[in-house]
Amino acid sequence: MGYTDHTQMEIVKHQYDTVIIGSGLAGLRASLEAVKVGSVVILTKLYPTRSHSTAAQGGIGAALGNEEEDDPEWHFFDTVKGSDFLGDQDAIEFMCYSAIPIVIELEHLGVPFSRTADGKIAQRRFGGHTKYFGKEPVRRACYSADRTGHAVLHALYEQALKNQVKFFEEFQVLDIVIEDGIAQGVIALEIKRGILHLFETKAIIVASGGFGKIFKVTSNAFATTGECLSILFEQGIPLEDMEFFQFHPTGLYGLGILITEGARGEGGILINGRGERFMEKYAPTLKDLAPRDVISRAILTEIKEGRGIKGKEYVYLDLTHLDPKILEKRLPEISSFCKTYLGIDPAKEPIPVVPTAHYAMGGIPTDIKGRVLRDTNGSYVAGLYAAGECACVSVHGANRLGCNSLLDTLVFGKEAGLDVAKNFKNFLRGKIPSYRIEKVKGFIEFLNSNKGAERVAPLRERLQRTLMDKASVFRTKRSLEEALEEINNLRERFRKVELKDKGTVFNQERLQAFELYHMFNLAEALVRSALVREESRGAHYREDFPYRDDQNWLKHTFIFKTPQGVEFKFKPVVITKFQPTERIF
Amino acid sequence: MAQERRYIFHIKRFLPEISSEPFWQTYELTLSSWERVLDGLIKIQDYLDSSLGFRKSCAHGICGSCAMKINDINRLACQTLVKDLPEIIKIEPLPKLPVIKDLVVDMTPFFEKHEKILPYLINTENLPERERLQKPEDQERILEAITCILCGCCTTACPTFWINENFLGPSALLKAYRFIFDTRDTAQADRLISVVEQMGIFHCHSALNCLKACPKEINIPQHIIKLKKLAVKKALRRSLKI
Ligand SMILES: Cc1cc2nc3c(=O)[nH]c(=O)nc-3n(C[C@H](O)[C@H](O)[C@H](O)COP(=O)(O)OP(=O)(O)OC[C@H]3O[C@@H](n4cnc5c(N)ncnc54)[C@H](O)[C@@H]3O)c2cc1C
Ligand code: FES
Repeated sequence: MGYTDHTQMEIVKHQYDTVIIGSGLAGLRASLEAVKVGSVVILTKLYPTRSHSTAAQGGIGAALGNEEEDDPEWHFFDTVKGSDFLGDQDAIEFMCYSAIPIVIELEHLGVPFSRTADGKIAQRRFGGHTKYFGKEPVRRACYSADRTGHAVLHALYEQALKNQVKFFEEFQVLDIVIEDGIAQGVIALEIKRGILHLFETKAIIVASGGFGKIFKVTSNAFATTGECLSILFEQGIPLEDMEFFQFHPTGLYGLGILITEGARGEGGILINGRGERFMEKYAPTLKDLAPRDVISRAILTEIKEGRGIKGKEYVYLDLTHLDPKILEKRLPEISSFCKTYLGIDPAKEPIPVVPTAHYAMGGIPTDIKGRVLRDTNGSYVAGLYAAGECACVSVHGANRLGCNSLLDTLVFGKEAGLDVAKNFKNFLRGKIPSYRIEKVKGFIEFLNSNKGAERVAPLRERLQRTLMDKASVFRTKRSLEEALEEINNLRERFRKVELKDKGTVFNQERLQAFELYHMFNLAEALVRSALVREESRGAHYREDFPYRDDQNWLKHTFIFKTPQGVEFKFKPVVITKFQPTERIF
Repeated sequence: MAQERRYIFHIKRFLPEISSEPFWQTYELTLSSWERVLDGLIKIQDYLDSSLGFRKSCAHGICGSCAMKINDINRLACQTLVKDLPEIIKIEPLPKLPVIKDLVVDMTPFFEKHEKILPYLINTENLPERERLQKPEDQERILEAITCILCGCCTTACPTFWINENFLGPSALLKAYRFIFDTRDTAQADRLISVVEQMGIFHCHSALNCLKACPKEINIPQHIIKLKKLAVKKALRRSLKI
């Protein structure tokens, strides 16, 4: 009995051709391609089907045209406009045209989609998705009731098992080793036994999801802490468009749990304290199906101006006029959790909602093949890929449309896997130098033995509150500067953090400390990028610069960490077909 | 309006590095009426005792991480509101699985059962260019089965599993159902054999514990009965042919 001394512990070595970090949709989809040419291991800090992707409710966007006329070109247009013209149009066009085969392929892999009367994949309306270039809403979201993510995640996991992809579950990646500009391998902690594993490899695909947990109120799962982005950032790899963080308009009041946009797609409407359908005022054409940034600001404006429900800080999402069969058949999950958590039957009573932190548009910059960019000039890190929410291709620009994230994970997860397969012969097996191992051990040792008055949870809570209060839907120079000061302050306090759990087996406090350390980096990158961008675009709204400024800001933000502090570079937006126009919905 | 109340969390703990025996520990905390057992556990871990181990991810009953035994019933901590429980809340790990630490159990034996029933769609026909067609009523036949979140509440509540660890258990059988009754799957026969020949459907004695335990309210016994019927029907047909 007794605790093990980490510095003395054996290290287990493995050799796999491709290491994928993350077992969400992006990682799993990538694995199905990479495994065709060599051995693949997926490292995931959760059991695979516990990944955050399972929570996705609404659907996957693809212009199948199963329910009414649709066209990938319209999807392309909607995504560009939804992105407030910051999305790269070559990537968006590729994604929207790939959407159709990628969804068909999912069906072939066994995803149990809901069906139309004639047996095709069923589709419903979703925010910002239209026909005839913005004229009226279109049914484009392919769904499996309101458990789409769950249905796809399980099917892909099953297929990965069938195809001999190897899983190491409950392994937390602590370092992604890049040396000489080449991906070498990964150092991970086996959570169950608390020991280190080394993976020397030919290619690495980072598919570690988003980082919504830096905010206090969020729809994101607990594991969505983003350390892999920060691990790369610390090695000089830039992060792109970090200032753009999406707030979903309809989180359950007090809990942040998401009510899918599909609820409005099926006919639900938003109501303020006066009983008005206020979205008519903000978006006369699309109303309750306008893009999320527009609706989130509208809700908070209503609340700010005293028109919340009974003057309080929420509005209602009203589904009471819908056919109860729709709730039962197409929205069973949300009906059940309204009942469980709020004691409300959405068929009879409206649901109290407020915006909740939901999705990171920014992340690790990649090209269309998923290769990680090291600079704004297109040069990339050999053997290193990123896909899914952790990556920024950029197809979502300043604001993501609903249903485009699952699509992004699948399309670019597949592309990353394909590119690994294609270039496989040219990749050499990497080597992890011993100083990197010592560094990881040193950090674990610091966490094990450091003494001081600070604790992980209160520091994290403070960070989350700061971001929520000062860097969420509405921002000003002042609020952002205050946030930055607080982040620095908290980071300083982190030096005096002391862990009470000294165990090796399933030590969650230590993992959370490790996550928190990296959350500071992401919070800082977000706030600093938001300070730099002196305009309002998509999800980034500066009260002191309330207008979009294409003259100066039609470009992507790249933030770099250097020994001297952070640096910025900018990359032009790729515009092929749709010139920026005013965004009216 | 949210009301606050004091609760006593009485937790069965196991710290293998400190003692080879489990022990009970009690924590007192104040929670609002809208909070869940998971919120209580998080508060304990965050502010009272960071060594407490438990799993969590989605916090709204869709990922299956937080299954545990709460006041003698297997359920999800994130879906159990404290206001629906008495003041003393007794929490234990899921039964009959090896405990790693506190409420964290080793799920490997549970997942291995799934692997035995070929848990993936098998279809050897040529693929059409578009999606395969499936009637809505056919999709509805598997609708309940596909909502399974693999939390383990059902299998670890099953008395047959308690006495025979080789029993496939309700969750794996439900997964088998999900493929056997999927009109797109072509491996029905192999799968039926796998659920008959391994300790499968005919070892289920309809104790119905799984019905009560399932947090997604899936009527698992009914699914198993349909599997039994199909197996018998196929067996009869085969014996008639001979
Ligand atoms: C409630 C909700 C509803 C949504 N609904 C929709 C929708 O209807 N349509 C849509 O398009 N999008 C939707 N989204 C967004 C979408 O679900 C996500 O953006 C997407 O699932 C992200 O997938 P991913 O594969 O990138 O990552 P995730 O599914 O988040 O997976 C990340 C993986 O990385 C692993 N990981 C992370 N860090 C580490 C580490 N250090 N070591 C090891 N492993 C690690 C995790 O274990 C996990 O397996 C929704 C999101 C939420 C929160
Ligand atoms: S945390 Fe996901 S089911 Fe409870």
